[in-house]
Amino acid sequence: MELRGKKVIALGERDGVQGSSIALCARSAGAEVVLELTHCFV
Amino acid sequence: MAAAIQPVIKGARYFLAHTPGLVAYGSKPAREIARAPALAESIRARLRSYEDALSYPPNQVFLGAIDPDELSSMSRPWFLVKKEPRRRHPHGEIMPEEEFYAFMKHCDSAGLLWLEEEFLRTAGQRLQAHPLIKQTDPGGGKPFSTIEAQVGAQAALPLCLRDGRMVGCVFPGDKEDRSLAADLLLENLACKATASMALRTLLDDTGVQASAVDYLLNSGEEAVGDRYQRGGGNLAKAIGEACGCANAAGVDVKGFCAGPNHALLVAGSLIAGGVFRNVVVVGGCSLAKLGMKFQGHLKHGYPILEDVLAGFAILVARDDGRHPRLRLDSAGLHRVGTGSSQQAIFAALVAEPLERLRLRFGDVDKYATELHNPELTEPSGSGNVPLTNYRLIAALAAKRGEIGPGDIPTFVERHGMPGYAPTQGHVASAVPFLGHALDRIMAGALERAMFVAKGSLFLGRMTQMADGVSFIVERNPEQRKK
Repeated sequence: MELRGKKVIALGERDGVQGSSIALCARSAGAEVVLELTHCFV
Repeated sequence: MAAAIQPVIKGARYFLAHTPGLVAYGSKPAREIARAPALAESIRARLRSYEDALSYPPNQVFLGAIDPDELSSMSRPWFLVKKEPRRRHPHGEIMPEEEFYAFMKHCDSAGLLWLEEEFLRTAGQRLQAHPLIKQTDPGGGKPFSTIEAQVGAQAALPLCLRDGRMVGCVFPGDKEDRSLAADLLLENLACKATASMALRTLLDDTGVQASAVDYLLNSGEEAVGDRYQRGGGNLAKAIGEACGCANAAGVDVKGFCAGPNHALLVAGSLIAGGVFRNVVVVGGCSLAKLGMKFQGHLKHGYPILEDVLAGFAILVARDDGRHPRLRLDSAGLHRVGTGSSQQAIFAALVAEPLERLRLRFGDVDKYATELHNPELTEPSGSGNVPLTNYRLIAALAAKRGEIGPGDIPTFVERHGMPGYAPTQGHVASAVPFLGHALDRIMAGALERAMFVAKGSLFLGRMTQMADGVSFIVERNPEQRKK
């Protein structure tokens, strides 16, 4: 998937991959992170 | 030079209140019912009976009647496996909602919870027959018409039973103060009551006088306070007052789900420093989490399984040469600079302390992590939280070359356990295994266990950080000599 120039909403999960990690990957692929959140589902 | 005082854990006790009538006040059900009022009836139709909650195997594991490993051999869904529906178990009891409402009234020092007079007469009598609550005077009830009028005028929050019958109401502490709204006061009162019952059970079972408790550390996630100090706290002392701990001081130690583990390390340090002789770590329920996954349960035809409120109490004291040691030198900490990836968290909480103590992953007989019951979380797509954590610990062991990659499932089975705790936030985080661990260590069936808890600090929007803390509990060296 080409992320360059795309806007990304990074929704992470406490026991999986955090929003900050997803955001870091998306930015490194050239995307603009417009929202970054981590949630806990328990 | 005098030898350092070592802290031991003398007991861990738990409490469950079966409160199907309060499920509608859980955060998720309340929000969804406000959007679609007809949902209230769909939820009510799937609420469990008290007998079903008593016979539910994970509840019996939580209260010490069944070994966690035994749960692995039971076929799912567990709610179809009916164990003998007993109320009292080795580590605590499940109280029915009628008695719990009466006990909340007993804990209500502000007089903001009203119960209908006939209901209170019956529930109060049952409560007075309870071995831990003999002296209770729940006070006078109110006529139904009076309660109905208060609820009708929208001054009070109705308090209903599983069958929908209104038996009381809760008033706000101040109509203009959002921090003292009736629903928040109900949350806090339930938290105080569940923690108080766990503490009463602990004191009774360990034979420690309430007057001998020096310090109480409350580790729950409630926010007690008014508009000028929301979350100001110190529910610890309110719990101590409700249990007759007249000589105890106390304070709250907060850290989301990692709170109890932080509090246990603080308790151990206060013992080791010679400040106190008996410190109790307590935690009450999270009413907001009742029915949190109800949509998944309804979708799959399950009963609403998140219908219990939980509490715990743990006694930390000076080394008596008998009880298991809380090893302060084993503390694993998530530091500000640790990073929040799962790998970084578990490396800090598990791998680093093991390396420091020159222990291998396999030297820890059991790891207790987030012990949420997967039957509650999987139907809504939230996965099997304990299993995910155990796989990560096993993967770290494999990365260090202590086990082969193919040994991960065996490691998980041997050193982990199925989740069995109700989704009650901090209550489900590592500490549910403490009672089992103490029993097994005292019986010589377990050498050491590691307790690993994580906290979701990012939920409060003040940081993107996670948190975590771990420690090892192991057999007392004096017992090993024998």
